[in-house]
Amino acid sequence: MKSDMSTTAGSALAPKKSPDLFGFVERYGVLLVLAVLVLFFAIAQPRFLSLRNISNILTEVSIYGIMAVGMTYVILTAGVDLAVGSLLAFSAICGAFLVRALGGDFALSWLVGLGVACGVGTLAGLLHGLAITRLHVPPFIVTLGGLTVWRGMTLILGDGGPIGGFDAGYRWWGRGAVLGIPVPVLLLIAVSFAGFVVARYTRYGRQVYAVGGNAEAARLSGIDVKKILVSVYAIMGLLSGLSGFLLSARLGSAEAVAGVSYELRVIAAVVIGGTSLFGGIGGVGGTVVGSLLLGVLLNGLVMLDVSAYYQQVVIGIIIVFAVAFDTYAKSRRGGRV
Amino acid sequence: MNPPLLRIENVTKHFPGVVALDGVHLSVGHGEVHALLGENGAGKSTLLKILAGAQAADGGSLWFDGGALSPKDTPNQRQRAGIVTIYQEFNLLPALSVAENMYLSREPLRGGLIDWTKMYADAQAILDDLGLALDAKVDLKRLSVAQQQMVEIAKALTMQAKLIVMDEPTAALSAREVDTLHEVVRDLKRRGVSVVYVSHRLAEVKALCDRYTVFRDGKYVAAGNVADTTVAELVRCMVGRDIEVLKRVSPAPHMHSPTPVLRADHITRSKDLGGCALKLDDLSVEARPGEILGFAGLVGAGRTELARVIFGADACDSGVIYLNGTRLEHLKSPKDGLANGIALVPEDRKQQGCFLSHSIRSNLTLPSLGHLRKWGWMIDENREAELLENFRQRLRIKMTDGEAAIGTLSGGNQQKVLLARCMALKPKVLIVDEPTRGIDVGAKAEVHQVLFDLADEGVAVIAISSELAEVMAISDRIVTFREGRITGVVSAADATEERLMRLMAIGADAVSVPAEPIPLPA
Repeated sequence: MKSDMSTTAGSALAPKKSPDLFGFVERYGVLLVLAVLVLFFAIAQPRFLSLRNISNILTEVSIYGIMAVGMTYVILTAGVDLAVGSLLAFSAICGAFLVRALGGDFALSWLVGLGVACGVGTLAGLLHGLAITRLHVPPFIVTLGGLTVWRGMTLILGDGGPIGGFDAGYRWWGRGAVLGIPVPVLLLIAVSFAGFVVARYTRYGRQVYAVGGNAEAARLSGIDVKKILVSVYAIMGLLSGLSGFLLSARLGSAEAVAGVSYELRVIAAVVIGGTSLFGGIGGVGGTVVGSLLLGVLLNGLVMLDVSAYYQQVVIGIIIVFAVAFDTYAKSRRGGRV
Repeated sequence: MNPPLLRIENVTKHFPGVVALDGVHLSVGHGEVHALLGENGAGKSTLLKILAGAQAADGGSLWFDGGALSPKDTPNQRQRAGIVTIYQEFNLLPALSVAENMYLSREPLRGGLIDWTKMYADAQAILDDLGLALDAKVDLKRLSVAQQQMVEIAKALTMQAKLIVMDEPTAALSAREVDTLHEVVRDLKRRGVSVVYVSHRLAEVKALCDRYTVFRDGKYVAAGNVADTTVAELVRCMVGRDIEVLKRVSPAPHMHSPTPVLRADHITRSKDLGGCALKLDDLSVEARPGEILGFAGLVGAGRTELARVIFGADACDSGVIYLNGTRLEHLKSPKDGLANGIALVPEDRKQQGCFLSHSIRSNLTLPSLGHLRKWGWMIDENREAELLENFRQRLRIKMTDGEAAIGTLSGGNQQKVLLARCMALKPKVLIVDEPTRGIDVGAKAEVHQVLFDLADEGVAVIAISSELAEVMAISDRIVTFREGRITGVVSAADATEERLMRLMAIGADAVSVPAEPIPLPA
């Protein structure tokens, strides 16, 4: 029995275990790692737990956390999307381009930016999905192509530089707050909640798990496998567009270099959250924890004045160990170790 | 008398919450073919793993070839000692040649580099010696399942195996291939190699094996000479009670509805799918409500292929399918088949049926989720659990928790879940492909009873099986296939094993086959 077959925090379909100590560790392994990190940073640097810093962490997490929810669906189908960082930049700059063309400072300019970014993202995701299902090119390759294509298109459209000059209504989406909670964080909560409910409690969600768990069995169970695959890449594109819009609103401009190497961070968040790269196992709950863990780590190291060079080393090592710990906890339960 | 080659005494093995083996014994002599029997869950697989070195026993002793085996041995060390296990899922690499597979990681070397000439020559010599018409240089992926199994056996011989353990070796083989395998096993025996043969097919055991050992629920039950026992006796040992072989009582002819629920007309496909010979040559069948229609034929004869076309899983070039007299258009995917009330339990439980890591509940309800919703969109988990509970009772599925992964169930219970998955859709036509492959005798009878009940409720059941005895026992009518054609339709009353074999093997029903082809009318 492979270890990735056992249960995972937040998974809709994995077996539930009886409550005992090891079951707890197994189910909440990554959550424990997160708690330990928070405790460590809080002791090492009291400012870490300040309201302002927590709000910072969460806003930062929102941008890639929203994409990580979409990536969970993609990875649940045993696929991957490497183009999300580039697509984030491209969809945002498309929106910014149109906003600027319409004069930049007009009522509801944010709606144009949001609508265009989400629309462009969805269309690009659809293209990925169609290339994967109709041309039979593996997701890794299709989205590797997308990674460079969308980045190149971004540079062309922005002529290498940023497009900015948004009004306050547009920028509110990145910098505003409702009841003290930053707007991007509210959107992360909304997207995560919707993503969780759809994965766990809808027929569509079950079909996503089924396609990743065993594509042939899914087809013979009457599932339109191609449609499901296209849909997850379209959702991924939509959420990349939303993230791109939020990031541009936060920075005040759509940057041509926005979101570079975000794909790795997003995939890391999903995998740390316990979703199997082989598909069919995992869930959105784990992904949220994984995103938070990455955010805490990135922010905490900065707070401790760790040099940017060392940060990369530490983050890489912790990612590997977080997943190793999770795997170990599960295999103990499976009677393997 | 010589000491036995293998002696296992008092071996125990515990898993969390389960005693998998409780002081079992097994003794295998030199050049002996020994049948290891028991229902699923009896502990056979666990013992095989302990023997292969994949798991360590908690207690007891293993003696092999005059010495004690250390419980710390790795699978590699056991192989070097001469114990080679051939699992149901082969340990072969499809992209490599037959010879490379046989000598994997033990390649003959010359000056530190692989001596290809010697490797191919040695491999070919072993293949020829076994009487196999196989080329050592051909890629493994181009071979059939049966041929790959032969490669596994040849590979075992390159390791100087003294004992070859075969786990369900004939589960995926057609009748002719089984004969070839038995020839090879007898040949091994003549060379002094011992074989532990695990099989659910007791007729094979009777024909091939010298001695047997039976386990039940992790305990040793009996051992003896195969010649001194009967199949009924073995079954009684395995299940601990008498099992009556169920025979379908066909309903009286007037009970049949005269109109077929399903009619497949002139289904033809000339192109080959994926390199295998999957040609279909003008096939027509009809299935009536309330009958079980058996499909008999060798693997690749067109039984499964026709069933998949009817279900919508594969395409055909021409031909029409009628359901209740209405012509079905656009049957392009299983989704369309299911929408029209045609359901299929596929032949390969693990590859095509189960989502092994998903819960029993979600495995069962997947295609029915559209009917299990509340508020129009949300899955009603309570109704899911109810559905599972209904089928658990009705099909006697042995499980403790519907949330457990289906992969933790025995093959028979997995099969029942897959049957339930289709039954929950209330199909008009239910196609079951190899419904009892690799499952134990008790579960087999239960699966057959379920099929009988379904037919009695008015479902048209199409049952495909490689086991002739099974087809004969459960069908009302039997359709025979040979090389992509239908060679006959026989009612159960008129079917004899000999007659069906003739139809399947030579395609003729006549007692004597004409020596010359009958001239076609001009």
